[in-house]
Amino acid sequence: MYMFKYVLKRLGLLIMTFCIIMLMCFTLIKLLPIVVTVQIGQDANIIYRQLEARGYITNVVYDSATQLWSYDTVPILKQLGFYLQRIFQGDFGIGVSMAEYRNQPVWDIFMEKMPPTVLINVYSTLIGVPIGLGLGIFAALKKNKWQDQVISVFIILLISVPSIVLGLIVQYVFCFKLQWFPLTMNSGFDYFTWPMFRSMLPAVFSLCLSSIAGYARFTRAELTEVLTSEFMLLARTKGLTRGQATLRHALRNAMVPIFPMILSEFVLVLSGSLVIERMFSIPGVGRLYLDSITYQDYDFFMLLSGFYTLVGLAAGIITDISYGFIDPRIRMGAR
Amino acid sequence: MENQAYTSIPKEKFAFADKRDISHDKKLETKPRSYMRDAFSRFCKNKGSVVGAVIIIILVLFAIIVPFLTPYAVAYNDTYYVTTLPKNKLFAETSFWDGCEARVDGQLTFMYYYAMGQETGHYAVKNQEYTVDEEGMYHYRLDSYQKTGMIYRNLTNEQYAQLMQYQDETGRQVIYPTIRVSDRPSAIQDQSNANYYYETTGTSRTEIVYDENGNVIPVYWSYKAGTATNDGYTSRMRIEGEDGFIGEDGETYYYTYARRTSSGVEVRVNYYEYYIYYHSYVLQDGITEPYFIFGTTGSGQDILTCLSSGARFSFIFAIVVAAVNLIFGAIYGSIEGYYGGKVDLVMERISDILASVPSMIVITLLKLHMGGSSQILVLFIAFFITGWISMASTTRMQFYRYKNQEYVLAARTLGAKNRRIIWKHIFPNALGTLVTSCALVIPSMIFSETSLSYLGIINLSTGNITSVGTLINAGQSYLATAPYMSLFPSLFLVLLMLSFNLFGNGLRDAFNPSLRGSED
Repeated sequence: MYMFKYVLKRLGLLIMTFCIIMLMCFTLIKLLPIVVTVQIGQDANIIYRQLEARGYITNVVYDSATQLWSYDTVPILKQLGFYLQRIFQGDFGIGVSMAEYRNQPVWDIFMEKMPPTVLINVYSTLIGVPIGLGLGIFAALKKNKWQDQVISVFIILLISVPSIVLGLIVQYVFCFKLQWFPLTMNSGFDYFTWPMFRSMLPAVFSLCLSSIAGYARFTRAELTEVLTSEFMLLARTKGLTRGQATLRHALRNAMVPIFPMILSEFVLVLSGSLVIERMFSIPGVGRLYLDSITYQDYDFFMLLSGFYTLVGLAAGIITDISYGFIDPRIRMGAR
Repeated sequence: MENQAYTSIPKEKFAFADKRDISHDKKLETKPRSYMRDAFSRFCKNKGSVVGAVIIIILVLFAIIVPFLTPYAVAYNDTYYVTTLPKNKLFAETSFWDGCEARVDGQLTFMYYYAMGQETGHYAVKNQEYTVDEEGMYHYRLDSYQKTGMIYRNLTNEQYAQLMQYQDETGRQVIYPTIRVSDRPSAIQDQSNANYYYETTGTSRTEIVYDENGNVIPVYWSYKAGTATNDGYTSRMRIEGEDGFIGEDGETYYYTYARRTSSGVEVRVNYYEYYIYYHSYVLQDGITEPYFIFGTTGSGQDILTCLSSGARFSFIFAIVVAAVNLIFGAIYGSIEGYYGGKVDLVMERISDILASVPSMIVITLLKLHMGGSSQILVLFIAFFITGWISMASTTRMQFYRYKNQEYVLAARTLGAKNRRIIWKHIFPNALGTLVTSCALVIPSMIFSETSLSYLGIINLSTGNITSVGTLINAGQSYLATAPYMSLFPSLFLVLLMLSFNLFGNGLRDAFNPSLRGSED
């Protein structure tokens, strides 16, 4: 019951925080001037009428003498009402200023951009977690021997090298010098073919290298702590071999803080890495977000901001809750 | 029981106590160890952190000193010395860091560069050394400082006179004989290329004509001595000597050094020499020769200058932001932690909500709203909004730990005011942790500033300001042709992050007294 109540409470807080943040974003966005871009060959009338129909502006008047359009902005609260109404109908808006996505539903574009981002991050987690955990466990078992020293140096190097530089190195060495992979990701939608997978690999490597280091460091720290605790001595005294004791007692206990970390990483990777996506020209959500800023497409911006905020909040709550599920000794929210 | 008979202690059992006999507490003979000294000695024991600290000092010195030493400014750029390779004079005779690149070319391209050196003595082919393989390909090192060779430059009459005066004063030849327009290459892309000064045959200049010694034959514009010329060349610097040269018909000829144009003259100058002349004689901006230790960018900026100025900016910026965050966060966290209860609840909610807004969104919104004002201000506010929260929560934790301890209670009993308890009694305990987290925040700030510049969300390269991220971004598009362009900024960033990580780990352990003696 504790758990149930705690989860409910956390969910409530999450929704509240999310709503406040989105409200802030919405207000701040709506305080900006509306960008009306009329391309050559487009009918300005249609564009203004569209904006009017979307509830952004009202009283659109065209003065044929000065050739100027004039309009009034709808009050923000009223716009918020319209916006919420549309969202509940599943309409997140329509692309306005990005030429590629003009007049296309924002949600469809967003869903179209999700697969590359998710795939790259899932691959990188799939590669990163086993290697990272393995290295961490190995280093902990060989503590203060040369193997541990080598792994530690490797870890500190990988953690210190920023993802920008890591990406550049991967791109230069593997894509340019050795030419094992194409420089940037292939375009197209056939995500599960070999050429596509191959073109994703550099980005996957750059992403997973730093997460490997993170996992290894954390696992090593946790496991060395558990290995020195007294119940390990007891386990050995009972007659368990070193392997058995490590696997059944030490590792299980060490996993308590590690597993939530993996879970939250897994959720956080949905949001991807803007830098890596840009570097390898991955047609993902990050790119869309950057474009929406550059071209000031507010519907895209709102949707993507909401997405990023939600992912961040969800990662936090999942981490906290998973502690309780993994380790029955921890009762979250109990006094 | 007899001892209890206090009333009847015999008088002789009492003696006067001599004050001198009372033994006071002995003065401690060992030296006291202050907290800071203790922390320092623990820090020094950690070899890694000492190395980190040394690297940080070197990087900071680099950022402080180098911008004063280089003659270049961030805003400096040159249209010809673009993607110039890094060169260090110490390595000039080796084939590493000498400003040259290894090239393999056919004869036509090779001779184009080889002839430059023949004409002027400024060797575009390093030391005029080359090898020819069995397929007839030429292997050589191309000096990127000389490969521009000759250019045509339009000068006014005053500039022309000044340039000739410079030649006579210094004895350095800048102007070389020019070529008749009708003798210049007919291909559009080669017409303004001043390096085709030699005789060729074939419609598209595919064959080079050599003399009996295997040298190219110049096609300079010349005139017979005594006939009128209007090039106005009065300088003593002539490649044919003071007396001219003897032509095939036995007459004395002189080369023409300038071509009259509507606004002055068009001269054919060696760009390396012209660069020296222009910077040391005309602009007098302290640049004595083209010499780029880290090379130049695609727009001709000096990478060393840009990197050191960018680093300086990053350091100053990070320290200022960290200080502001520290002050605000400490005050906020102190109030939260000390008063607790409802105050804490409300203030904690506020910081909670602020903390869960992704920093990217904060920066974007700020940028959209303040696009017109300085980007530095945008970045500053963004880092402030997202940065102070962690400081506040650290302070808050420390206050919760210390506020109910006995000594605080004692101070309160003695009548100390709230403010005194906060600042004098509790806050100093939190200072060690705060300073450590401050030190760790600086590299992460530089890193996120770099990422933001790289992503193009923040553009800091205006006028005399640039940032490491801008440089990396500029370098990435030249990754294939000029990898050094991103190498140096990346190297700086890696060293910075590495040293700060090592340093921060050491600092954290040093400020943790519970680790005292654990290494021994």
